[in-house]
Amino acid sequence: MITTMIMRGIRMDEFLWRVVLAATGVALAAGPLGCFVVWRRMVYFGDTISHAALLGVAFALASGLPVFLGVLLCALAIAAVILLAEGRLHHTDTLLGVSAHSALALGLVAVAFLNGVKVDLMSYLIGDILAVNWQDVAVVWTGAIGCLGLLIWRWRPLLVSSLDREMALAHGQNPRKESIIFTLALAILVAAAIKVVGALLITALLIIPAATGRLGGNTPEKMAVMAALAAVLAALLGLFGSFQWDTPTGPSVVVAALFLLILASLVTRIFRPR
Amino acid sequence: MSAPLIETENLGLTYNGRQVLHHVDFAIQGGEIVTIVGPNGSGKSSFLKCLIGAVQPTEGHIRRKPGLRMGYVPQKLHLDQAFPMSVDRFLRLAAKSTASERAAMLKRVGVSDASGWQMAALSGGQLQRVLLAHALIGKPELLVLDEAAQGLDQPAVAGFYRLIEDVRRKLHCAILMVSHDLHVVMSASDRVICLNGHVCCEGTPTVVSEAPEYQRLFGHGTEGALALYQHHHDHDHDHAGHSHG
Repeated sequence: MITTMIMRGIRMDEFLWRVVLAATGVALAAGPLGCFVVWRRMVYFGDTISHAALLGVAFALASGLPVFLGVLLCALAIAAVILLAEGRLHHTDTLLGVSAHSALALGLVAVAFLNGVKVDLMSYLIGDILAVNWQDVAVVWTGAIGCLGLLIWRWRPLLVSSLDREMALAHGQNPRKESIIFTLALAILVAAAIKVVGALLITALLIIPAATGRLGGNTPEKMAVMAALAAVLAALLGLFGSFQWDTPTGPSVVVAALFLLILASLVTRIFRPR
Repeated sequence: MSAPLIETENLGLTYNGRQVLHHVDFAIQGGEIVTIVGPNGSGKSSFLKCLIGAVQPTEGHIRRKPGLRMGYVPQKLHLDQAFPMSVDRFLRLAAKSTASERAAMLKRVGVSDASGWQMAALSGGQLQRVLLAHALIGKPELLVLDEAAQGLDQPAVAGFYRLIEDVRRKLHCAILMVSHDLHVVMSASDRVICLNGHVCCEGTPTVVSEAPEYQRLFGHGTEGALALYQHHHDHDHDHAGHSHG
C-alpha cells in the first residue's frame, strides 16, 4: 500500500501535512456546527444534506464543475426544497426520511449513469483523505473558515432562534433568516468535507464531537469550543490509527470520535460529584 | 391619549381554511394591563402570535409603535439536556446588561441564587420566573405573557400575578396577558377582553371581596391578586360547541 510505503519514513513530509491540515480543517468547523445541529434537533436534516452530497458529486462530474461547487449547489437545492416544503407539510420527520434516503439513492444511480467517467464510489461515500492535494486543502480551509465565520457572525441570533422561535420573533429577529444561515453553513461544510470523510459519515463528525462537548460545557460557547477540540483530536487520532493499522481513514476518524465520547462519559461519571 | 404601543384594525386570520380570527380591533396603551381570556381554540394564542409578528394576519392591519421594545414570556420553553445554558447566559442572550443588573433582576423575580443553574434543571415555577427576568432585562415597554401561569397551582398563580404587579410598579411597562381561565383573572388588569374568534366582550374585573365564600373559592393567601371577570355576552357560541358566559 502506498500509505505504508510513505509512512515508512517517520519525517513529517509534505503528504502528511496535507492530510493533517485537511482533516483538522473539517474537524474545526464540524465541532461548533454540530452543536447547532444538536441544539436545533436537526440531526436528520444534517443526514439529508450530507446524503445529497453524492448527488452533487454526480452533478459535478457530469457538468465538469469542481466537486466542491457541485456538492454545495446540490446541498443548497435539497435544503431549499425542504425548507420550502416544511411550511406546507406538517410531517417534517417523514419529509426528511424520504429526502435523506432518496438523495442517497438518486446519487448512487446518477453516478452509475456517468458513462466513461471512472468514479471511485467508495471514496465519496466514506472519504479518501489520503488522496487530497494542496488545492483540496485550500478548499477545505476556505469552507471551514466560511462556515465558522457564518456561525460567529450570527452567533447570538442563531442561539436565540435555536432556543425558541417565538422568543426570537419577540426579540425582533427573523428565525427564517437564521435557519437559512445555518443551512448555508451546513452545506458549505458538507461540500468541504466530502473528500475527507465522505457523504455517509459527515453527520457522525458533526454529532459525536458535539455530544462530547456537551459533557464539558455549561454554556453554549464552552460546548462549542469543547466540540471543536474533540473533533480535531478525533481527526488526529483517527489519522494516526489509520496509518498505524492501515484502516480506512474516514471511518477511523469517526471511530476515534466515538472513543473520545465514551472516554469523556466515563471520566465525567467518575469525577462529577453526585 | 398618546398613540397606542400596538394596535390592530379589523384583524383577521384564516389558517388551513378555518377562520381563526375575524374583525379584531384592539389597542394597548403604555402602562396598561390587559388580560385576554378565551376558551381553548378561541384564537387567543394566534392573536398573540400576530402581535409579536410570528404569524402574518390574512386581513386587516397591525400598527406597532416604531422601535417598540417587547418582552415575551412563552408558555413554555422546549429546552432539552443537549443545550447547555446557564441562567446567567440565558439572561445575557436577551439584551446587553451588566452583571449587577442581572443579579438585581433575578432577585426581583425571586430566584436570586439561580445565576449559575442550568436552564434544563429548573422547576416549573423557577423557569417561569427566569423567563420573566429574561423578558424584563431588555426594559420592555410592553410585556407579553402567553398563559404564563399555566401549570401553576392557585397560590402560585396568585404569587406570580403579585410578582408581575410588583415588577410593573417599578418598570412601568404595559402588560398583555393571555389566559385560558375565563373567570379568574389578575385583579390588577385595567381591562379584560374575552376573545372567541372575535372580541366577545370587554370589561373590568371585579375585585374579589373578603367574603368567606370567595376566600374558600380562591384559597387563602392570595392577597387579592385574583379577581373575577363577569362576561356580558349579547350572543352565544352554541353552534361552535363552546358556549360560556
